[in-house]
Amino acid sequence: MDLAQALLEGNRRALAQALTLVETGGPQARALLGALFAHTGRAHIIGVTGAPGAGKSTLVAALAAHWRRAGRTVGIIAVDPTSPFTRGAILGDRIRMQALSGDPGVFIRSMASRGRLGGIARATGDAVALLDAAGYDVVLVETVGAGQGEVEIAAAAHTTIVIEIPGAGDDIQAIKAGILEIADLLVVNKADRDGAEQTVRQLRAMLSLADLPANGWTPPVIAAVATRGEGIEAIAAATEQHLAYLRESGRFTGREQERAARELRLILQETALERVRARVSSSEWDMVIERIVARALDPYAAADHLLDRALSPHKD
Amino acid sequence: MDRPIRVLIAKPGLDGHDRGAKVIARALRDAGMEVIYTGIQQTPQMIVEAALQEDVDVIGLSILSGAHMTLLPRVMELLREHGMHDVLVVAGGIISDDDARILKEQHGIAEVYGPGASTHEIVRFIQDRCRTRT
Repeated sequence: MDLAQALLEGNRRALAQALTLVETGGPQARALLGALFAHTGRAHIIGVTGAPGAGKSTLVAALAAHWRRAGRTVGIIAVDPTSPFTRGAILGDRIRMQALSGDPGVFIRSMASRGRLGGIARATGDAVALLDAAGYDVVLVETVGAGQGEVEIAAAAHTTIVIEIPGAGDDIQAIKAGILEIADLLVVNKADRDGAEQTVRQLRAMLSLADLPANGWTPPVIAAVATRGEGIEAIAAATEQHLAYLRESGRFTGREQERAARELRLILQETALERVRARVSSSEWDMVIERIVARALDPYAAADHLLDRALSPHKD
Repeated sequence: MDRPIRVLIAKPGLDGHDRGAKVIARALRDAGMEVIYTGIQQTPQMIVEAALQEDVDVIGLSILSGAHMTLLPRVMELLREHGMHDVLVVAGGIISDDDARILKEQHGIAEVYGPGASTHEIVRFIQDRCRTRT
């Protein structure tokens, strides 16, 4: 496949077009991802999440600049929400990443969450795979931290950085949001503001109460002022330590297995639905829906029946 | 495939007045497009590189500094160098009719909008042109 070859040879336009293709999805996208799969698995995938305004883009840009100085190439995927009303989106993360502009060792792509099949987690995973195959050493995925989708994206990363800011809600909020469970690193950004030390203390206290495995990884809590580059080196170092920990403890393989299982599950869901839709005419589909609405058929039985037909070798 | 139109909105040059660019960005978003907003003081190189990475269908350039006859042709030249002939480029700002004609006829800018242009008109233009291209 031409596009795959060009991407592997470092053609940035090919990479951009491939990203568009996997964002849209479909059989062509799957063929491309299939062709590139053997070239993935080299990048350190880092998820960065936190509430809007926590400073994710600025931190991502600062980390990218840090790794560029260390001679490593960096791919960035910045996800912003799609408006559920208009399907449109404003993607503004590049504004904070201007310092990286013009560096051929950096590739930035903005993605809208779209209301897509399989969810944003799947599309993000595919985009990560492309940047990985294209040879970027570090792939940073930035997401708005507001719900289950972000937890899923975190599951696709090797290392997840959660950004908090001073005084943004009490400790119960953090527990509710489940951020402690997904964080490999906690960053208290905007640490020049009042209450930063208290936030750091609270997070550490909560971590000490958390049920962390013995001899396991204890997420460090790092204070930072990303706009001034303060704390960036400590964050980069901790991120690298986390990867080393994953490798040495054998947990890296575990994470890779989780990643693979998740991916397979998502692909199966998508493919199964696609096959059903290909096998079942839209009038028949509508009829099934109507019978469900009329309570003449329950949706579970309907799904079983449709799946059986989609998977059976004979066309009926 | 049904995918949203992707638009890069950028401000080349040194002026920092981005109110107009933001109004357009919102109007395009409300029309269902994905708008990548890159902010002020962009060089032509930065704009074209961002357009390439984001694989956009459209570039909207807002310029009020008066340097449009240098910066806009440079953007078009870089797009051609990168083989990005299919990207639709529209410009908005304080641009005289004579300059607008030259930008369109000689440099390949698809449309130039002045201060009184309605966002409706711009949205419709982009939708029409993107529909006929695919």
